[in-house]
Order: sequence, then C-alpha cells, then structure tokens
Amino acid sequence: MKAYDLAELAVRNLRESVLRNSLTTIGISVGVASLVAMLSLGIGLQQMATRRLVKSGLFDTVVVTSRRDLRNFNRGDDQGGGPDPAESPALDEPSRVKIEQLPNVVEASPDLRFITSFTYDDKPHLTMVAGIPGSYRTNDAFEGMQGNFFSSDNAPEVILQKSFAADLLGKTAKPGTEEVPVADLAKPLLGKEMTMRYAEQVDGNRASGSSAGEPKAPDVASAATNYSIVSHELKLKIVGVTDLDPDSMRGPVRARVLLPLKLVQSLHVVQPTALRDTTQATSKVPTYATVSVRVKDPAKIQAVEDSIKKMGFNTFSMLDATRSLRRFFTILDLFLGIFGSLALAVASIGIVNTLVMAILERRREIGIMKAIGASDGDVMTLFFAEAGVMGAFGGAVGVALGWTIGRLINAGTNIYLRRQDLSPEQIWFVPWWLVGGAIVFAIIVSLISGLYPAARAARLDPVQALRYE
Amino acid sequence: MGESLIRAVDGISIEVPAGEFVALLGTSGSGKSSLLNLVAGLDRPTSGAVIVEGKDLARLSREDLAKHRLHTVGMVFQSFNLIPSMTVIENVELPLRFAEVDRNQRDSLAREALEKVGLSRRLSHRPTELSGGEQQRTSLARALINRPKLLLADEPTGNLDSRTGTEIMNLIRDFNESLGMTIVMVTHERALAGQYAQRLILLADGKLVDDQSNVATASTTSSSGGRA
Repeated sequence: MKAYDLAELAVRNLRESVLRNSLTTIGISVGVASLVAMLSLGIGLQQMATRRLVKSGLFDTVVVTSRRDLRNFNRGDDQGGGPDPAESPALDEPSRVKIEQLPNVVEASPDLRFITSFTYDDKPHLTMVAGIPGSYRTNDAFEGMQGNFFSSDNAPEVILQKSFAADLLGKTAKPGTEEVPVADLAKPLLGKEMTMRYAEQVDGNRASGSSAGEPKAPDVASAATNYSIVSHELKLKIVGVTDLDPDSMRGPVRARVLLPLKLVQSLHVVQPTALRDTTQATSKVPTYATVSVRVKDPAKIQAVEDSIKKMGFNTFSMLDATRSLRRFFTILDLFLGIFGSLALAVASIGIVNTLVMAILERRREIGIMKAIGASDGDVMTLFFAEAGVMGAFGGAVGVALGWTIGRLINAGTNIYLRRQDLSPEQIWFVPWWLVGGAIVFAIIVSLISGLYPAARAARLDPVQALRYE
Repeated sequence: MGESLIRAVDGISIEVPAGEFVALLGTSGSGKSSLLNLVAGLDRPTSGAVIVEGKDLARLSREDLAKHRLHTVGMVFQSFNLIPSMTVIENVELPLRFAEVDRNQRDSLAREALEKVGLSRRLSHRPTELSGGEQQRTSLARALINRPKLLLADEPTGNLDSRTGTEIMNLIRDFNESLGMTIVMVTHERALAGQYAQRLILLADGKLVDDQSNVATASTTSSSGGRA
C-alpha cells in the first residue's frame, strides 16, 4: 500500500474506536510528558550550574605560577619536563604580556595580594588585600553586594568582604549566632574612608616614592641592595560590601579587602617573591607570584594551559572539575531519562493491549481484506501504521504536556526562591532536539509495541476469520 | 488424543474452461465451499494441485497467493463481507489500494464498477444503511474492480429474498456473457443452479458425485485432486 493510503486507513481505523484509542494515546502522552519534564529539568539544572560556574570564573581560569616558585600546585609532579627551576623564566610583566597575547586568552592579570593593616575609626585591623581586575565586575562573587563596584580601574576605592566589615564595626558574629545581614553592615560603612598602611618597594636608584597616593614621611627601612622599602599610607573610600563567604574558592577574590588591580600595581607594594628574585638578580621589572589567565571558552582551557607550560611555567586549572561535573550531569540525565521512560514503558503495554483487542474485534475485517487481495505485509503495515500514528499523536501531545509541566515546576520553584529572598532561576529548558527526539522516541516505542500485534494480524487465516458470522 | 483427519475435498478432479458458468452443488459439509477456497487461494491443499491460469496455487508463496486473490479472482459471499466502517465507494476501491492504484484513478474506476452493478447512488452510505440487494451489488462491484478473469461466488443469494436474488443472479450471468468472465458459484439450491449455470457439479462428503457438463472447450482453469 502507498504511504498516504496507509496513513489514511490507519487514522480511519483509530477513529472507529475513538475512546479506547484516545485513552491509549493519552497513556503515551503521559509517558512522553514525564520523559520530557524530567529531561528538561536535568538539562535546565545543568545549564544553570554551568551558567553559575562560568560566572564564578573558576572554570575559565588558568592559574600560572613560576617554576622557580617551588611551592607550586603540583608539587613533585613533573610538568612537561621543562628546565630546572633555577633556569626557568621569571613570571614577570613581559611574561604576563606574552601570556595575554596567546590565542583564546581574554586577559592575564597578576594576582597581587599582601597582608597589611587598615585604620578605621582610629582602630587598626590587619588583613589580606587583593587587587581585582575590572573584568570581575560580572563575577558572581559580587552578586548580592551592597554598594557598587569600583568606579574605575585605579580609583582609590575599596570593597570589603562582609566579615571584615563586621570586624570594623565590632559586630563580629559569634559562632552559633545568626549572621548580621550584609545590608545592615554596609549602611554605616558605605562612603566612609579608611586608611591603608603599606610598604612600597622603591627602586634603589630612585630616592623616594613617586607612586600614587599620599606618601607621608618616608622612613627608609633598607637600602642595602637594589631597592628600598618605604612605608606609606593611603586613604580609601569604601564603595561596596560583598556577601561572600571568605573561605570559598574564588581565586583572586579570596581576600577580605579588595582594591582595583591597577591601583595596587601602581603602589608597588612589596611582594613575597620580590626578595627571592632580588637575590637571583634577574631583572628590575615587577614579578608576580601567580597570574590568573582568563580563557574565552572553558573548552579551550587545555590548549591554553599547554602553550603556557611550553613557555616554562606551571599551570593549574579546574578543568578536571568541569569534567567530573559534566559526568555527574550525564549520569543525572540518564537516571531522569530512565525514570521518565518508565511511564512510557507502561504506556507501550497499553498499545500492545489496544492492538491485540483490535485484532480480535477486527478479525473479520482482516479476513475480508485478505480475501480481496491484501498480503500479509499489507495487514502488518496497517497495524504498524496504527501504532505509529498513536505514537506520533501521543508524542506531540506529550511534548506539549511535558513542556507545560516543566514550566509549572519552574514557576513554582521561583515563587519559593522569591519567598526565600533569592533571585529567580531558570531550572528548566526544552531544547529542540528534545522535542523532536521525544516524538521520534514515542513513535519508535509504539512501533516496537506494535510488532507482536502486527505479526499476529498478518498471520491470521482468512478462511477461519471469515467462517463465523 | 490427536485430531481426526477430515477430508473436506477428496480426490476431486475438475477442469473448468475459460468463460464457463459452473455451479458447485451439495449439502452443507459436502466440501463445496472448501473447494471454492482452494481455487480462491484462501486455503492450500495438503496434497494435489490447484492450477489457475497455468499457476499451481499449492506451490505459490503467501505473497503470490495474495496477488492471485487481488488480480486473478474476485469473490462474492453469502454475507456480503463488506467493511462496516467504510462507505460503499470506499469498500469498492479497497482492492485498488492494495494494488497501489492512484487516488484519482481509484475513484473513477470504483464509480464505473458501481454503475455496472446498477448502483450509482448512495455511494457515501455505509453498508448497514443499505438493503441486502444493494450490499451484494456493492460486493459484486468490489469483486469486479480489478477486472479478474474468474468470479467465485459463495451462496451469493443465500441472504436475499427471491426477487433481489434473481437480480443478482442476472447480473452475474451478465458478467459471464458480456465480459467473458468464468464463474464458479457455490449453492445448495438446485433450481437456481439449473437456471443459470452451464454446468452442474454435485459434491457429497468431499467427493465428486455428478458432473453434468455439456460444454468442454479450451482449458485455462482446472482443479484436480485436492485434499484439505
């Protein structure tokens, strides 16, 4: 039979017992709907996680350290068999520029951090300071921050981490007590000034500091070698208080006081590596303990890492973490898919039942068709077509139903999130391949269910079928 | 245990030349319907040969038997055997669907066949809405649609009153005379058979009892020695 005739006959036959076939089709729809809802939630969750992780900057970042720095991340692990640490290049400004010019690299920013003391309200506070590049404006570390990000890359401004803000106000949360909301901490601090005391590294040839800020009376600490260390004070305006957990893994953000990176660079604060590089007397350009390299696309991390290693540096990235994350979601999707498919499996039994019933009911009709010239194949394809049409209808309705269910779950979740004062999230996503795939899957499951009934109908003996009235 | 073997058609050898009108007579259980099913290709003999148009149906594959039913023979039944969910015209064109004939062509062929049996109205009615005579005309049109050489009729007037029965029989005789179709009709009514058929074959208990044949010309259709 021709395909169109076949489809027409199949639809006509299905309409003959419309209630039973509708119920069977609804069964398939529910199966497909549960499959679509489960998978769309799995995919949505994965996208949400990826989105958040990309925002965190953990998965597109390569941390570069010098091989001279023997306290590297992969201690004892031979990274690419480069030269001896003593002969490897220093991680200085020219190297940083070279790294930044590598393909797929967005930026390479030095990780500048030091411990120093601040004076606020005439009380000194000692803590860790870090320089933050302007590109971190969109990093999720600053989500929920009170106040604003730095107005420019070298503004004399400061963002505080909330536990340090609590320290400044003398409101340090005791263990077991509830934390003070970040808004309450920020209110008295935003716009206020505090003073940072720091040690500038001044080149031996230059007599006194010429850097930014308001250097006070320079008291020379050492002038024995190539540079001197000069103590300075700098007034900073508090522009923001972050809601960030100080112990979270945040790369450059992992400090209690954050300054604009350009500002920190211009201060020439003594770095722990300075002393070592001085003794090896290689250069007078700034050297860095670590450089954070941001990569265009997490998938390019491996390539970027390899080329940096070729330059003679050690690297570290969270690449393995993304891999295991992806594996986790693949397994999650698999399980969600299996649970979703269970309903479809039950529905397929319904198809078998409906078609076997149809054979009993249409025994005579099959006999007539055979008597007037239908072949076994004609009868078989007709039953197949009926199963396929039920699958196609059920699949289409099921996708729409699953889409709606996913949307409702998403809406419900967002209402809950809003009650908890959290920003809404898209935890549900139906890609086009899922729409097409679910319908095709429903048709395939239906055809498989139709296998036995169709074969049975095809083998029906016409003489027997026509014998009884 | 084991089923006892029933020989429905036993040791019968008949030859039917093209264009003949043959009546198979016998009481119920005489094997006349079984013989008809063998010629129709609905059933296969356990031994012997059924040769139609030079082909031994006993040796054909299931696929080829279906083709034989589709193109070589047309069947008419006592209970009409129309598909209740289809309209008159859909019933008539159904064999054309299996023959993979185009839609447009199907419609005109079906109307043509229906005209031949004198049914040109009520084409979109369902069989249950028709009288017995109209139903049998529909089933005759269906049997004609693929222009078969052989028409097999199993008690075609059995469910009809005598007047409509006569109308149907006249139609069948007309096909035999004007289209040159070979007719094999099963009936238990001796009078009806004597009125229309050119040859009367009497069966009893699966065996040939009498063959009053007066016409014997070129043999294209033959059936010999079947056991089922």
